[in-house]
Amino acid sequence: MSFASVVPSPGSLAQGRRLLRTALPAISLVLILAGIAWMNPRAISYLGFNLMLNLAIPIALATIAQMFVITINDLDLSIGFFVSFVGCVTAVWLADQPELGIAMLLGGILIYAAVGALVYVFDLPSIVVTLGMSFVWQGLAIMVLPKPGGHASEWLHRLMTFHTPFVPFPVIAALVIAGVVHVGLMRSSYGAILRGAGGNAAAISRAGWSLLKAKIVAFALAGFFGVLSGLSLIGLTTAGDPNIGAGYTLLSIAGVILGGGEFVGGRVSPVGAVVGALTLALASSSLLSFMRIPPDWQVGANGAILIIVLAARALISRREA
Amino acid sequence: MSPDAGEVVRCEAVAMSFGNVRALAGIDFHVDAGECVGLVGHNGAGKSTLMHILAGTLPPTCGGIAVGGTAQPAYGVAAAHRLGIRCVFQELSLCPNLTVAENARVFHRTLRGFGWRRRAGALILKQLDTIFPDHKIQPGATVSDLSIGRRQMVEVARAFTVTDAPLRLVILDEPTSSLDAHTAGQLLSFVRRFVAGGGSCILISHLLNEILHHCDRVVVLRDGRIVAADQARAFTRDRLVAAMGAEAATARPTRVKVRQAGEIRVLARAEKNDGAKPVTARAGEIIGLAGLAGHGQTKFLLDVFAASEHPADGLKVTAPVALVAGDRQSDGVFPFWSIAENIGIRSLNRLKRGIFLSPEMEAEHAESWRRRIGIRAQDVHANILWLSGGNQQKVLFARALGSDAAIVLMDDPMRGVDVATKLEVYDMIHAEAAKGRTFIWYTTELEELGHCDHVYVFRNGRIVADLHHDELSEEKVIQSSFQEQRPA
Repeated sequence: MSFASVVPSPGSLAQGRRLLRTALPAISLVLILAGIAWMNPRAISYLGFNLMLNLAIPIALATIAQMFVITINDLDLSIGFFVSFVGCVTAVWLADQPELGIAMLLGGILIYAAVGALVYVFDLPSIVVTLGMSFVWQGLAIMVLPKPGGHASEWLHRLMTFHTPFVPFPVIAALVIAGVVHVGLMRSSYGAILRGAGGNAAAISRAGWSLLKAKIVAFALAGFFGVLSGLSLIGLTTAGDPNIGAGYTLLSIAGVILGGGEFVGGRVSPVGAVVGALTLALASSSLLSFMRIPPDWQVGANGAILIIVLAARALISRREA
Repeated sequence: MSPDAGEVVRCEAVAMSFGNVRALAGIDFHVDAGECVGLVGHNGAGKSTLMHILAGTLPPTCGGIAVGGTAQPAYGVAAAHRLGIRCVFQELSLCPNLTVAENARVFHRTLRGFGWRRRAGALILKQLDTIFPDHKIQPGATVSDLSIGRRQMVEVARAFTVTDAPLRLVILDEPTSSLDAHTAGQLLSFVRRFVAGGGSCILISHLLNEILHHCDRVVVLRDGRIVAADQARAFTRDRLVAAMGAEAATARPTRVKVRQAGEIRVLARAEKNDGAKPVTARAGEIIGLAGLAGHGQTKFLLDVFAASEHPADGLKVTAPVALVAGDRQSDGVFPFWSIAENIGIRSLNRLKRGIFLSPEMEAEHAESWRRRIGIRAQDVHANILWLSGGNQQKVLFARALGSDAAIVLMDDPMRGVDVATKLEVYDMIHAEAAKGRTFIWYTTELEELGHCDHVYVFRNGRIVADLHHDELSEEKVIQSSFQEQRPA
């Protein structure tokens, strides 16, 4: 971005606005951290971050999965129960029968790709299709693991509880996820086509690109990151539960929007999505515990925080426009 | 017409039907290398359909297409691109969320691998520099942040970029509709250079002078048939208009009116920045906003609109306002609604029985305006997208004129509207003004300013000239528009 021109052209003003919009998710994360530091200074430490952010990694991965679907103007209401399904498969089979476990996870990604094709070919609303799929995944998860149990592979547990020097592992993981997806979606040449399919699908197809392929790729990537989310979740909890990812659907959507993404138009930001997911994870667990809000009220307080943060974003965006 | 070696594309007996509607009735059409062919006709004459067929985006119902003398049985978007046929569509086909460089990438499959962003940016920038030397567009800018004129410039420049595939024919559909006179001139002179270098163009425009002055050959379409085809020299404006089947556009002298002492409806006082002139609009007046595209005219209209609801500083609006959008796809039509619903939306309070909206009253309201304004539709309950562009615009006029608004704001509403429709609308505006309505009319077409009682010329968001009808001349408007072009 350059502000080289002497006369403030509409372009450079718009760039300034975009800069502010890009910084919004980071600002909200800093605010939440400041709140935590104020209430419990000891939480701002290596150990504190490890504890507070551990569970943010699966949420960040699910948010990235959701972001790929939102990129192409669709919405995935099944990601939460897909993460549950992945978690159950991981806990039941991955440690003892790795071939079967891997095959089932790959099958899950293939079904995601097929959902993308279905949505495009029959021009179905993705909300309806993925809502249906969420019951399918929930059912499969219950069939695989009727009640909480199973165990994580040793390597998975070690990976997720790895103690990196100086910088806590969750922070590094978040940086790696954000960086890799940023390069893949925002910097790669096919990433531009994928985002373009969300911005103006007709233009992409007139230029000779396959929209079917774009949908399949986006949904398959969502499936892939959903699998990573489930794996990381089981690595942390070490046991499966068919309802383990139930809250992830809404968290992932909120994370994408909080991170500067928009529901339509292919406007998304991988870095923002990861920051949004971290913000939500911190706000929903650590901040509330430090505020000594009783567990019975935490879910409701969680929702209130979500509304406040998203409303703030909407207000600021509107003032810019 | 024997096929020679220099032929770029030839259609034979190409016909196209959409359901029962026949858009093209079996036409023969060809373009030679090194010529610019002008394509003119009403909205709905089949120009856009022919263009989509040539661009490969619509397969014709029957007929054959040959490129460079070779028949192309499996013609489509990919084949068109491979054979060097490009198209700039009337509705913009850029992705608004991508940058200028990324949009160039969308067009060129070979722009990939390491450093593709830099190469794509350099490619589009070079072409922009060639066509529009003073464009001020950065390849890293997001398209949605650009004005509609700049977007059109990017789109045109992109069509002329070359990587691996050859470039033989560029089809330009209303390429100047969103450009001001200066950039339109730059584009048209580039087209001549391109053609002189052996390339070919098809130019579709409602601005007949553009066609007459910049094309080698002109083809006139009417009702899906070619009704006239000749060298451009052989045509005059009147002959073109006659061939299209419209009344002669210049036959009617522009009405001269005296500035009435009607009540003041809009008063925008001089803003803080020095030298800006106040705007006054009285009852029964037609006020023109002129100047280069994107210099604050639309913003002024939106400010007036906003001031009618919430009092604003330095801007007084004393009557209800309605806006006729120029960018009808994004600001005008409700694409999923019927014609009747699109007309009625500005007048819902008058179309109620009790607390409920009455579909009968809505249909009645729409039907009366359909007849008064001549919207070519069988049924007001049909979806608005069934109408051609010009008729969709008429619906937007009906929405504003059918409302209680005493002030009608028009944001360059004649973009891509055919001559006959324009003449009907001009008459309607004069008739409504005579009844006491106020019109504030932003237009990029200088001829239209002749309909106005008073014209304000915008430059960089400020009013630099304030012209009465009798002191109005094209020279004065152009002169003021380019005022301060080069700061001392």
